[in-house]
Amino acid sequence: MNQGLARLQWPQNIVAGDVVKVRLLVQHPMHTGYQQDMQGSVIARNVLLWLTCTLGDQQVFRVEPSSGIAANPYFEFFVRARASADMVVRWQDDLGVVGKWQQRMVVVERQTPGP
Amino acid sequence: MSGARQLLVMAGWLLFGAGAFSQPPLLTRTLALDQLRSGLTFSGPDVQSLQADAFANPGLLWLARGESLWGQRVGPQNLSCQDCHGLKTGSMQGVAVQYPKLPTGSGSLINLEDQIRACRTQRQGVSDWGFESDGLLAMTLYVTEASKGLPLRLSPDPRLAVHLQAGASLFQRQQGQLNLSCAQCHDQQQGRRLYSDRLSQGQPNGYPVYRLEWQTLGSLERRLRSCYAGIRAESPPWGDPKMRQLALYLTWRGEGLPLEVPAVRK
Repeated sequence: MNQGLARLQWPQNIVAGDVVKVRLLVQHPMHTGYQQDMQGSVIARNVLLWLTCTLGDQQVFRVEPSSGIAANPYFEFFVRARASADMVVRWQDDLGVVGKWQQRMVVVERQTPGP
Repeated sequence: MSGARQLLVMAGWLLFGAGAFSQPPLLTRTLALDQLRSGLTFSGPDVQSLQADAFANPGLLWLARGESLWGQRVGPQNLSCQDCHGLKTGSMQGVAVQYPKLPTGSGSLINLEDQIRACRTQRQGVSDWGFESDGLLAMTLYVTEASKGLPLRLSPDPRLAVHLQAGASLFQRQQGQLNLSCAQCHDQQQGRRLYSDRLSQGQPNGYPVYRLEWQTLGSLERRLRSCYAGIRAESPPWGDPKMRQLALYLTWRGEGLPLEVPAVRK
């Protein structure tokens, strides 16, 4: 079950062994603690404390974004795809809100050349 | 001001109405159709590529949110938008370009946000969407997206003439500590630099817009209030009819520009 909102993208056709670029966009205000709302009162700091991506049972990406990162952070990283697996993104912010976003990465077997 | 454009406008008024307008509007267009430029063309290549990126454009997050809200049943009646309006693709196409408009019967000028809020409180019985709330912005963007690519076009309602006139005079009025009018920047100085920014034409065809300065999605009203702050003028209260009239004038002024959402601006 997804919690929060994120977008994940990788190439459409992946063959086992390919190194693929993963693009990730997470919806989060990343309030630094120095901003004000429309009424002029200070918005309490609320940034992502950590964010992890797990492909299958292996953690492939971890970041602790802190307050220097813009709202709705965007990340890119590369992974070697070996077999079809779920990419699970998890994160937690200052308010203790936990997010989770899951998407299936489909990987086809490499065709061995015929005799 | 191109003669052809003026002629077209005149023809338009005649078509719409031959007398439906008791008095033809006295407004003259300052920008010919071929001179209209979306704010995107005044932006830098980084902003342009972010808007064009079908994955990384942050507005898409709100679009996804709007999509899930469209089918979400809420309130005592347990109604979703979809229960009344059906699928967005059919029912909402061309809806966003009709705003701001006057409700049938009586009432003041409303924009799309007002209409959505009214639907939510009156039909669904939930009043949780204030101005600039994430839900309201997401739904506004979602509905607007159904009209993507359609040109801005004022609805041919004769009652709009007086509001259009009011919006036009507001656009021309110098105000604030800097004593500037909208027209002085966006008509007379467009394309020139204001510090590091290019002055745009102030076109309303990308709203609600993701603005990097805001780090979030925001409405046209919020953008107008930014300009008010910029010229150090006192903004009208949220939801003020003046802002609707100004938006109406902007829509008329930009008639012909295609809607581009989700838009990104600096």
